[in-house]
Amino acid sequence: MTAPVLEMRGLSYSVRDNRLLGPIDLRLASAGITCILGPNGAGKSLFLSLAHGMFEPDAGSVVWDGAPAATTRQSRGYVFQSTPMLRRSVRANLDFPLSARRSPHGARAALIDMALETARLTSRANQPAAALSGGERQRLALAQAMVAKPRAILLDEPGASLDPASQCALEDMVRQVAASGTKVIMTTHDLAAAKRLADDVVVFINGTIAAQSAADAFFTTPQPAAVADYMEGRL
Amino acid sequence: MDALATAFGMLVGLDPVLWSVIGLSLRVSLSAVLIAAIIGAPLGALLATRRFRGRQFLIMVSGAFMALPPVVVGLAVYLMLSRAGPLGSLGLLFTPGAMIIAQSLLILPLITALTRQVVTPVYRDYGGLFAAHNVSPMLALRVTLWDARFGVATALLAGFGRAISEVGAVQIVGGNIAGVTRVMTTTIALETSKGNLEMALALGMVLIVLALVINVAIMALGRFGQRFEEARI
Repeated sequence: MTAPVLEMRGLSYSVRDNRLLGPIDLRLASAGITCILGPNGAGKSLFLSLAHGMFEPDAGSVVWDGAPAATTRQSRGYVFQSTPMLRRSVRANLDFPLSARRSPHGARAALIDMALETARLTSRANQPAAALSGGERQRLALAQAMVAKPRAILLDEPGASLDPASQCALEDMVRQVAASGTKVIMTTHDLAAAKRLADDVVVFINGTIAAQSAADAFFTTPQPAAVADYMEGRL
Repeated sequence: MDALATAFGMLVGLDPVLWSVIGLSLRVSLSAVLIAAIIGAPLGALLATRRFRGRQFLIMVSGAFMALPPVVVGLAVYLMLSRAGPLGSLGLLFTPGAMIIAQSLLILPLITALTRQVVTPVYRDYGGLFAAHNVSPMLALRVTLWDARFGVATALLAGFGRAISEVGAVQIVGGNIAGVTRVMTTTIALETSKGNLEMALALGMVLIVLALVINVAIMALGRFGQRFEEARI
């Protein structure tokens, strides 16, 4: 592996002595798409939040390109499963991450137009974000995460509850973002989507990493019993 | 019936005394709303968006003081501004300035509490976004307050309604001096006691119209805000 973009050492997180995640040691390559798989309650979303530095872990460290996660949040984009949006227009929602990063006003319009084009939302630019369909909203959330040209984007269950066409459009966008050199880390339940998108896969079961490998190898070789149980729907 | 006709005639005929009373009332109450808005709206937004020591106490106080009796506020301001009081040297007692202070204090808890109420759900929606983008507290406050602006405007209108219609506070700290501190409510009380019903009725009509306008504005703002959020415009 080349120098990792994300490195976790001894990471763990507990609530009232109940360990929800960890201990985790993980290094992710600086490019490509990493899919985080696992059953409900395995700790995927918590892992993503900790990886972004939105919570402090009980123990261990999260380092992005050599710097602590909490101090480098603005160099990454984050897409929530619930896709929260400002009660504003599509364009204003794309301006918000730039405003948060104090991007120069002169450069914003071009970045926003590019993000609109990537998300195929140019014709909806001046409409309220609340008027978008589920698929459009997901694409706007991803565009909002990528508009400031982040080093990495973290997506929490991005395709959940989308119809096939919207899912396909979102996957195209994820591929486009990854192809531009941005590291993509996404949690998903959708094994088929992971197979289509992932360069490498990490499987969480009961808050710990049960498997980590390149996607090709993961989907073609036998996995440990717990991972096989998950993949065959027994977990 | 004659009194009502005379009152209407005074209004239409631009009776100078009547309209100076109306003018002073508006000036005092609008100034009070402005001051209370400058302090109360950011404070309400702060209570909705930040966790800090004393927050629960401020929430409790602003909620409890929403219905503070105007005479109590008037008394407190009177004690502060009277010659023996801590601010007596300012010489504000029995001036419009004292009335503005009293009304500002009267409606500050109302504007603070209502702003907190309307900002809370907006911040609940935005909290994750702010955390994900590591937004500064000041930007978070600004964005939240702006996006809750229809609700905040309703809070300000409610504050104006309470200020323009109260009589106790301005009576105590203003002294109801003709041409100086006489406003609509204190004039109505005085003129009614003197049996001069025409003036009282004319001012009563203005207050009723103002109450109607404020209520229509609150309803319209609520509907417009809802339509804006539901993206039907």
